[in-house]
Amino acid sequence: MSLWRQIRYGLRALSNRAAADRDAIDEVAHYVELTVASLVARGIPPEEARRMAQMEIGNATVLREEVRSQGWESSVEALHADLRYALRRLRAAPAFTAVTLLTLSLGIGGTTAIFSAVNRVLFESLPYPNANRIAMIAEVASSGARNPGTFGMYEGLRERSRSFESMAVLKPWQPTITGTEQSERLHGQRVSASYFHVLGVRPALGRDLLAGDDVRQGPPVVVISDALWRRRFAADASIVGRRVSLDDDLYEIVGVLPRQFENVLAPDAELWAPLQYDMSNQRAWGHHLRTIGRLDAGVSMDQATRDVSAAGRAVLDQQHPVTYDPNTRFAVVSLREELTRAVKPAMLAILAAVIVVLVIACVNVTNLLLARGVERRAEFALRAALGAGGGRLVRQLLTESLVLAILGGAAGMFIAAAGVRALVALSPPGLPRAADIGVDAPMFLFALGITTLIGVSLGVVPALQAVRSDPQRDLQGGSRRTAGRRRTARSALVVAEVALALILLVTSGLLLRSLRHLFAVPIGFDSSHLLTVQVQVSGRRFGADSTTHRFFDQTLHAVRDVPGVTSAAFTSQLPMSGDLDEYGTAFEATVTQPAASYSAYRYAVSPRYLETMGIRLVRGRLLDEGDRADAPRVALISESLARLRFGSESPIGRSVTIGGGPGSAPFMIVGVVGDVRQVSLALVQTEAVYTTATQWRWADNAISLVIRTRGNAEALIPAVRQAIRSVDRDQPIVRVATMDDLVARSAAERRFALTLFEAFAFAALVLAAAGIYGVLATSVAERTREIGVRSALGASQLSILALVARQGMTLALAGSTIGLIGALGASRAISALLFGVSPLDPATYAGVVALMLAVASAATWIPAWRAARVDPATTLRSE
Amino acid sequence: MDEPNTDVIQGTLDMLILKTLSLEPMHGFGIARRIEQISRGVFKVNPGSLLTAFQRLERAGWLDSEWRQSENARRAKFYSLTRAGRKQLDVETEDWTRRSAAVARLLRAEA
Repeated sequence: MSLWRQIRYGLRALSNRAAADRDAIDEVAHYVELTVASLVARGIPPEEARRMAQMEIGNATVLREEVRSQGWESSVEALHADLRYALRRLRAAPAFTAVTLLTLSLGIGGTTAIFSAVNRVLFESLPYPNANRIAMIAEVASSGARNPGTFGMYEGLRERSRSFESMAVLKPWQPTITGTEQSERLHGQRVSASYFHVLGVRPALGRDLLAGDDVRQGPPVVVISDALWRRRFAADASIVGRRVSLDDDLYEIVGVLPRQFENVLAPDAELWAPLQYDMSNQRAWGHHLRTIGRLDAGVSMDQATRDVSAAGRAVLDQQHPVTYDPNTRFAVVSLREELTRAVKPAMLAILAAVIVVLVIACVNVTNLLLARGVERRAEFALRAALGAGGGRLVRQLLTESLVLAILGGAAGMFIAAAGVRALVALSPPGLPRAADIGVDAPMFLFALGITTLIGVSLGVVPALQAVRSDPQRDLQGGSRRTAGRRRTARSALVVAEVALALILLVTSGLLLRSLRHLFAVPIGFDSSHLLTVQVQVSGRRFGADSTTHRFFDQTLHAVRDVPGVTSAAFTSQLPMSGDLDEYGTAFEATVTQPAASYSAYRYAVSPRYLETMGIRLVRGRLLDEGDRADAPRVALISESLARLRFGSESPIGRSVTIGGGPGSAPFMIVGVVGDVRQVSLALVQTEAVYTTATQWRWADNAISLVIRTRGNAEALIPAVRQAIRSVDRDQPIVRVATMDDLVARSAAERRFALTLFEAFAFAALVLAAAGIYGVLATSVAERTREIGVRSALGASQLSILALVARQGMTLALAGSTIGLIGALGASRAISALLFGVSPLDPATYAGVVALMLAVASAATWIPAWRAARVDPATTLRSE
Repeated sequence: MDEPNTDVIQGTLDMLILKTLSLEPMHGFGIARRIEQISRGVFKVNPGSLLTAFQRLERAGWLDSEWRQSENARRAKFYSLTRAGRKQLDVETEDWTRRSAAVARLLRAEA
């Protein structure tokens, strides 16, 4: 009953504050009046009676407040008042509020977004049971390049190595599904039966692939993903046993994978069929498979590497496959590391950069709050003098700090969410597991917590000072004191900020110059006005090579007829596209040199390919229509391969054998052509051989058309698609892209890192400038009187300007010096991301220092100018 | 020259208010006056303590209040005892009687 009354009374007072106030006022006034009346009744003159009543009752306002402060609602009212006051104070200082909120939200949001991505990509373990035991088996050629595995080596390793519970090989597979619905080209994988066992995943419906499925001429079976099951088969629970048509063959669906299954080795894959490897057609030693394995419990990656190396060496010694560099090394690497190998240096550098930004943000908030504390000393002294207790002042300031933190945190949350989305959108194609990066809640709380802690601990400083110090002195004005020590602390913080910003600027400057250098690299062909389209043949109709050749030939002619196309050709392997087809090239002994073999990219091309691409002819001739299947077999080699094998001698007329095994007759070298970057602009590996597609031993079932256009290459895409469909509407178009896009994409990781570094460096520069400005502005405000006295004593405006400017530039120079030292270390740490630029590139360092000093002088100018305009008469009179 | 102490004994103000109101509803000044008169000037009530005590007792459910015209035609807040207040008065009176008797006994024994 009494609790209920408490709530009711409290709510009534809260909901009608005016009435509650009036009641208290009336009650007190009535009391005073009756007291006076009773005194008058005793014969005391009214004047005297009024005075006596006042003595007895004390301050009526205080009494009213005491009456009103009974009950719980008064603390709600106090909080409400604090909040309103805090918001009013923050509105009254819009510059401070805006800068603080911006700093907080950028610091919190940026750090959270980056950390969320980095954590997901680099550190979180893969979504499989005992994922740390899943490894990739890599082959490293003596040049240091990684080669894809071969089926022959997989068989050999499986037989000889003792470290693995199971092993599997896999390759991409893009079947076209046909049937009642619209036909669709799907992404899938051809895998060993043990693939899902290696990953530790079991189908949710039906069965896994079995060893009996994975044999030549084995049953056509397929396991599908949950997504495909829902999209194409309406989540039919009785799907197992149903037949689907893939590339004109009927496959039986034997299993559906669980919904949460994530296929990190090929994120787009939706169906898996047994590899059913054909050992008969000499492809057993072709490098086009990836090999993974699940280690036995307790076996380390190092142990497995030693084991696999010994086994692999034994295989090579026994079989001497010609496609293998005899000095091939083997490495067993955890799958997570292997997947993130390419992006790791960039990700770690980005993480480090964003942490620097967070530190700068913290420093800036510290500085802002310290400066504001100084400005508000008089305000707090006044409030203390009027009777506000220390606890009350601390509570007021805590409220202000928390309001800032909450607003900053909310804005930071938006920035984090937007940042994560932007990261996913911007992320280079090679970024694994990027699709479902989400905001990392613990990191957000950490960033929010650390900035709030700083805000709260620094926010109460002015209140404590006000309580401790002598209010009279503070009220008389801040200008008389020198705030020496606190200014030193703030100056040190600004120096730190400048130093950190400089480090970020230097590193992003180096990245920018790297990217410039990279795009200046001679790519070996003309990438402008070049459209590329990958076309594939699938299905039984293309059983014979001649059918395939005819289809590609017809397609080529159809494309050449498209208006706007100046020339067109095709190749089995397209530069910058991610295609990777390397073969051993064997050369016979000559008078001066013993027989030798080298690894080289193999291109099976249509006759006009080199002309269409604009690849330079160095000597000899190019391929032409006469180099048909029944003509003598001829090949072109790249300049680098010619130099590697023949030095300054002419290779024309010599013979080269490409790949090994039966049927690998030699080709005669008829020409040498310019080097082409195959993998990326940065990778200097250009050894290559070119033959015509018809002279190659088999028909590749996927080719890339290269189409030189008169105008914008992109504009021709619909017409080209139409032309290809007109030849055979069932053959899938796999990939359409302009060559310029492919080139840009090959530098995507560097560009990604650069974009983020530029953003961080810019943020750091702005924050450092804000820091310098803040310290100087406060310092000028504090020293107004001193400056007034100086100019009254005859100091010129210029000398006062110089006084402040010197102070600002000293900070900037000190920070830059320290920053340069830090940048020397930081640039070495990102050397993996640099290209053609020394980590000590003097131009970058000089440019960055100049930029920093320019920004610092701009930040110095406003306070210095304000100081120079101080009017001595006004200042001195105001004291 | 020392003035005699006219402070209300600590902890008894609530009881004195309840007792005074057990006779008839009254406003704040009236209650203060009544306590002063009946105690023959031994106790003089502090207005601050009195007015805040009303808030507390009302919240506790022992008093009700009502705005009425007072004798000088002003709006005045009149307090009256609730049933719970009457019970509380009994409890406090008994407690006080017991304790003051004990104090009186102690003082006699000392003499």
